[in-house]
Amino acid sequence: MIKVSNLIKTFGQTHAVNNISFEVAKGETLALLGTSGCGKTTTLKMLNRLIEPDSGTIEVDGQNILSQAPELLRRSIGYVLQNNGLFPHYTVAENIAIVPNLLKWDKAKIEARTNELLEKLHLPKEYQNTYPPELSGGQQQRVGLARALVADAPVLLMDEPFGALDNVTRSKIHAEFKLLDELKRKTIILVTHDVQEAFLLADRIALMDKGQIVQIGTATELLFNPANDFVKDFLKEQHLQLELKTIKLNDIWQYLPADGRRINTSQLAATAGLWEALDTFKFYPRENINIINQQTREVRSVTFDQLMSAYSCFKNQVPHE
Amino acid sequence: MNEHQQTLLEFMRQQSDKLLVQTLQHIGLTFISLFIAVLIGLPLGIYISRVRKLSGPVLGIAGILQTIPSIALLGFMIPLLGIGAKPAIVALLLYALLPIVRNTYTGITGVDSNVKEAAIAMGMNKWQVLFKVELPLAMPVILAGIRTATVINVGVATLASYIAAGGLGEFIFGGISLNNTNMILAGAIPAAMLAILFDFLLSLLQKLNFKKIKGAVKMAPVLLLILSCFYFIPSAYGSKLTAGFTPEFMGRQDGNLGLVSKYGLKIHTIVISDAVMYKAAKEKELDVISGYSTDGRLKAYDLIVLDDDKKIFPPYYAAPLVREDALKKFPQLETTLNKLSGLINDSVMTELNYRTDYLHQTPERVAKDFLQATGLYKPQQQSNGEVVRLGSKIFGEQYILTNMYSMLIKGYTNYGVETKTGLGGTKIVFDAMTNNQIDVYPEYTGTGLLAILQAPQNVINRLQSSKDSTYAYVKAAFDDRYKIKWLKPIGFNNAYALMMRRQQANELHIKTISDLNRFLKY
Ligand SMILES: Nc1ncnc2c1ncn2[C@@H]1O[C@H](COP(=O)(O)OP(=O)(O)OP(=O)(O)O)[C@@H](O)[C@H]1O
Ligand SMILES: [Mg+2]
Repeated sequence: MIKVSNLIKTFGQTHAVNNISFEVAKGETLALLGTSGCGKTTTLKMLNRLIEPDSGTIEVDGQNILSQAPELLRRSIGYVLQNNGLFPHYTVAENIAIVPNLLKWDKAKIEARTNELLEKLHLPKEYQNTYPPELSGGQQQRVGLARALVADAPVLLMDEPFGALDNVTRSKIHAEFKLLDELKRKTIILVTHDVQEAFLLADRIALMDKGQIVQIGTATELLFNPANDFVKDFLKEQHLQLELKTIKLNDIWQYLPADGRRINTSQLAATAGLWEALDTFKFYPRENINIINQQTREVRSVTFDQLMSAYSCFKNQVPHE
Repeated sequence: MNEHQQTLLEFMRQQSDKLLVQTLQHIGLTFISLFIAVLIGLPLGIYISRVRKLSGPVLGIAGILQTIPSIALLGFMIPLLGIGAKPAIVALLLYALLPIVRNTYTGITGVDSNVKEAAIAMGMNKWQVLFKVELPLAMPVILAGIRTATVINVGVATLASYIAAGGLGEFIFGGISLNNTNMILAGAIPAAMLAILFDFLLSLLQKLNFKKIKGAVKMAPVLLLILSCFYFIPSAYGSKLTAGFTPEFMGRQDGNLGLVSKYGLKIHTIVISDAVMYKAAKEKELDVISGYSTDGRLKAYDLIVLDDDKKIFPPYYAAPLVREDALKKFPQLETTLNKLSGLINDSVMTELNYRTDYLHQTPERVAKDFLQATGLYKPQQQSNGEVVRLGSKIFGEQYILTNMYSMLIKGYTNYGVETKTGLGGTKIVFDAMTNNQIDVYPEYTGTGLLAILQAPQNVINRLQSSKDSTYAYVKAAFDDRYKIKWLKPIGFNNAYALMMRRQQANELHIKTISDLNRFLKY
């Protein structure tokens, strides 16, 4: 869907983006992860021509983005800004209606679509006629998201959309985000400096440093197959938590004892993550949980200790470089 | 106080026609220029917000324009645009430009760059970004600039009357010249109220929330246009000749009022300041002007004085005024001062004034040259320590005369001389004399009669503008009242006069005011 080749952008002496190439498949979510100043925003802005690259090509749907007028290109790409960038002089409804108005939708259609999005994003209808400065940061972010989604553009670019939120609100929005059907069919590039967010929301992660992509791959690949020390160091601090969140019960299914006592207790699908499984334990002696493998209809009942030893078996088995 | 208010109200009621016209002209002038200033300033402000490197020079030039004194700016306009509405509007426009350009620029550059980027990222083109995002968000700042410009314009528009563009300045400056407080207030109070009113209305507009501003902004140009229409450009008259009279002249019995009542003169008249009147006559913007008969510009611009055949202008013969105690103290003083008597007629004085005012020679040199040419000049004698104190009002002719007197006293007597020049107007110099701070200064019979003695109308009528009877009257009255003596008249008469360009007067065979009247009637 998106193909970026040999992208270079320099600002004076700063090599903001230094020869980047990657591809994003249709419906996939790619996270651009990295520390502040590594060139994430610059990369993103080149995709909708807010910044023109010095060299390199970008194709969307097999078409070079330079072949289209920038205004038209941008109307077909949803964009969520780092600082939301809502129009302070437009109401929430008017903010959401910006692109539809540019696309000359009729009034009824705009209204219906706005209501639909407000509902999906859990924004009370009364907020339609309020102005952004009167909203909380979380609400503003949702409006920003609604504005990017409203025209149902196939591609969505998001620049640290949840950066300005407190942890509780962020987790809540993360959860909603994962469930939002609108997003499932979109090709998304998500810029973040938050490792957890990248691991949680993205199918693949491109870890960037000093204008270059250091490693691009799935969460598992980054965690268990880091390309170099930079990747390792980058993930080190939250390594355990990331692993536990990344590893699915399916991954360690083979190490789970098949002969556990099946008692009436909590049930969990094997597609769930290890973190979630650990979270389910209430921690009283000899507590079991049942894990159901949907494909084989097999159920394995395990204790906390059994789960942890399966995890360490899995880790020993994964090849480290 | 109560009584005073009464008379002001009476004045305003009496002059309500004029007041209304002037107020409407004032509003019109303010808003035509404001409208054009917005038309120019807004795009210019937007443009320099795009091409930032131009912002410095443009704002700098607009800033300099605003520091030019209003009168000077109006003066510069005359050679370019003549007199009347056009130069006034251009001058006002130049004043209004800075606040509008500056605020448009600050407003637009102050728009949150995130919001602007969002607008671009949504797929707006540059015009959509400008009209839907930048202008609405900058509007409060822009409106503040327009508000400032409006208040400035209401103020500066009072000066428009100096170049015959009308407005409330006609009352204000006419009142100042005529020392008529009611007239000043009748112009100043409405002008101040206009400023306050417009400021208030614009502040309301500014406080409206974003939503309502969208509509209001569309209405604003329409409103401006309507207000502008109050000003009908006063040059659309069919009169053969155009006269330009000073506000002072307009209001005086021995001025325009007399022209109308005694001659029945009907001429298309505009009110204009003395500073630009002569120039306007030269530039053929005006055909007839009210001036002073010995003004140097008469010669500089080749104008001639029309003969006042019905004698409505009182004589203003100049003569030295001396304290009687000084005459006793300095026995040789009277004969010395009288040496000038009869030597300087109107055209000689005009010539001398021309040399100081127009050729910028020093009064001292002009005085010395004249005395040498007439053989009166003598080198300075030894001083005996006694000092005669000479005074003068603050204009060239008086400086020249004082210099001549100074040289004569030094040359013919052994008194020392101390000169106190630049004693402002009549009141100041005359007060200095009665308070025994000066001994001698040159004065004019008409001034003595009307300004100092404030002679009643029946006396003025009785004197019938005769040179000799007026002189005799003031001489007797001053002696009686102030113990001050009028010495012999110097010869010239620096009175009000109607003037025309020599060439035009010759072509039309106009020599007297009656000739002018006849020409206008047929
Ligand atoms: N318009 C610009 N002019 C000059 N330098 C720029 C410009 N935009 C970005 N840079 C520089 O390019 C580098 C990359 O910037 P970029 O905004 O892409 O970083 P980022 O990864 O998005 O950082 P952050 O997480 O802080 O948003 C930085 O060093 C930045 O200072
Ligand atoms: Mg960034």
